Amino acid sequence: MQQRNRLEPYFENLVFEREDNKMVVNFGPQHPSAHGQLRLILEMDGEQIAKAVPDIGYLHRGMEKMGENMIYNEFLPTTDRMDYIAATANNYAFALAVERLLGIEDKVPRRAKVIRTILLELNRIISHLFWLATHALDVGAMSVFLYCFREREYAMDLMEEYCGARLTHSAVRIGGVPLDLPDGWLEHLNWFLNNLPEQIKLYEGLLTENRIWRMRLEEVGVVPPEMAKSWACSGIMLRGSGIEYDIRKEEPYELYDELDFDIPVSDRCDSYGRYLLYMEEMRQSIRIIRQLIAMYKDTGPELMAHAPEYISAPKEDIMTQNYSLMEHFVLVTQGMRPPVGEVYVPTESPKGELGFFIRSEGEPYAYRMKIRAPSFWHTGILQDLLPGHYLADVVTIIGSTNIVFGEIDR
Amino acid sequence: MRPYRPKDNVQKKSYYTDRFWVAPRVPEEPVEDGIFKEDLASIKKAFKIKRAYIQRGQLVIIIEAKDNVDVLRHLKERGYDVLSEMSAIDYLAKDGEFEIFYQLLAMSKRRRIRVKCRIKENEAIESVECLFRSADWSEREMYDMFGIKVNNHPYLKRILMPEDWVGHPLRKSYPLHGDEAAQWYEVDKIFGKEYRDIIGPEQRDPAYVSTKDTCNFARITHPVPKCADPNSEPERIEVFNDDAPLVETFDLKKSKIVDKTR
Repeated sequence: MQQRNRLEPYFENLVFEREDNKMVVNFGPQHPSAHGQLRLILEMDGEQIAKAVPDIGYLHRGMEKMGENMIYNEFLPTTDRMDYIAATANNYAFALAVERLLGIEDKVPRRAKVIRTILLELNRIISHLFWLATHALDVGAMSVFLYCFREREYAMDLMEEYCGARLTHSAVRIGGVPLDLPDGWLEHLNWFLNNLPEQIKLYEGLLTENRIWRMRLEEVGVVPPEMAKSWACSGIMLRGSGIEYDIRKEEPYELYDELDFDIPVSDRCDSYGRYLLYMEEMRQSIRIIRQLIAMYKDTGPELMAHAPEYISAPKEDIMTQNYSLMEHFVLVTQGMRPPVGEVYVPTESPKGELGFFIRSEGEPYAYRMKIRAPSFWHTGILQDLLPGHYLADVVTIIGSTNIVFGEIDR
Repeated sequence: MRPYRPKDNVQKKSYYTDRFWVAPRVPEEPVEDGIFKEDLASIKKAFKIKRAYIQRGQLVIIIEAKDNVDVLRHLKERGYDVLSEMSAIDYLAKDGEFEIFYQLLAMSKRRRIRVKCRIKENEAIESVECLFRSADWSEREMYDMFGIKVNNHPYLKRILMPEDWVGHPLRKSYPLHGDEAAQWYEVDKIFGKEYRDIIGPEQRDPAYVSTKDTCNFARITHPVPKCADPNSEPERIEVFNDDAPLVETFDLKKSKIVDKTR
């Protein structure tokens, strides 16, 4: 016999409150433009939003708990699943945090640094293209979606050619990178970089002066600088509010202090300003990668840091030297034991400040791992940002905050 | 006999530890002649500081828990106006305390400070939401994950876990495998406890094959028609001729011999 479900049928998305003439609209969690599992409880006064309560947690997987119960190398592939649009940025942020905890940051070979920085910037391009595609689609420009995804596909092909994965790369390791660039990869990358500026021009031709695009984005989602600071915004959400702070420039890591690039800033504070920044950042990433390609030629063959107590020796040593093999066995089965202490390491991911706080008690398992994901606060800001806007602008604002739910819920 | 495992800290332990091994420490540098000298001096004038040191380029200050709002306000006035992160560390098993840390950033000076304080398990901490809006969600997350009460918070509610969830997941005493309530959460919530037997436990093994369910699984060794009665006899396949496997009845005269040279 079929039993009656305990979930009573009711109008899931609408609640009418007669007293104050406010309507409560339940936006998500399965809304196509909520960029994942975002549920917004919107109190509407006519078409305008009176109060917004973001509800998150639908994708919570307990990554911090997982990080505390896995050895460091084991946890690295898990970080792929946070910001799955730009997985290398997560891998790198984690690897850098552990390296700084171990104190082997300077021992990472130069070639590994070049490769990592190329991958980081390539991921930034992938992420920004994805952002533009979905944002334009949300606002109603379908064709941009297809063009952006075509270019993104070429970039993902490059990632696939390098590490074998398209989305969950795990291409960065603690202490370096596992693989050198394959033959001909830099030529392919060059082809991609030569092709991209033209395509960016194409997107801009479709959008920048487009009347509908401007009407939908201008003066929508205005984040004043004080609000951006108070909400700990980072990345383009911060620079779109006229505050020039990019961790790549201000607290340089990897090779960013040797590279020549500009940080675009906009004081328009609205979604349109942020859109302009994304386009400019893609151009700057192209510029950075071009410099890195030139740097690659002058590097030695080493790919992993030489720190025998923490990092396994190269494969040749493991296969030929008994002691290297023993150390490798211990590192794989028991894991490295970092010194007692704690670090907080911020990096500039495509979404903003991605930081790892690691507390180590000298065990192979981190005692506390806190992941500072930029999207978490960019979602929180919605409760201050949305009131006063129209329902149709909600989609634009969610799009321009560039949130990814793997990262918010972790 | 199964070895005793402490219940207050169920975090995974290394299976081998050298008795004589002493873990090295991340160096803690003195503040006296560093860039943080003035910041520290100004806080020291107004508040009691238990310890202060520089670790990996960031100043760490350990303060009294009751001073947290005042110290953060003082630092905010000195330029540390972004609360980029805050959370807690569970030291209940060791000291019966939580350690709460606030990670501050001064954009104008490119410096980061970590302010730490400790509270007992049943104590509450004062909210810093009045200074930094970002603390709104951080404190909710801390409450959700550790069960630390925050006084004067505008909307102290669980944020990542469902509202009726039992337990606080990032405590070290929280089981790693999920308890009974967690295992049956969806069934209890939607259908009720009495349906546990009918619905059965969630099957999480991706290679799971049911021998009873003939609609979704073929029987590997004894195929049955789709959706056949699970208790029905499997179709018997005739025993093969040992000399010529895979041929039902082998007759040399009926068989054709192909080119021998192959």
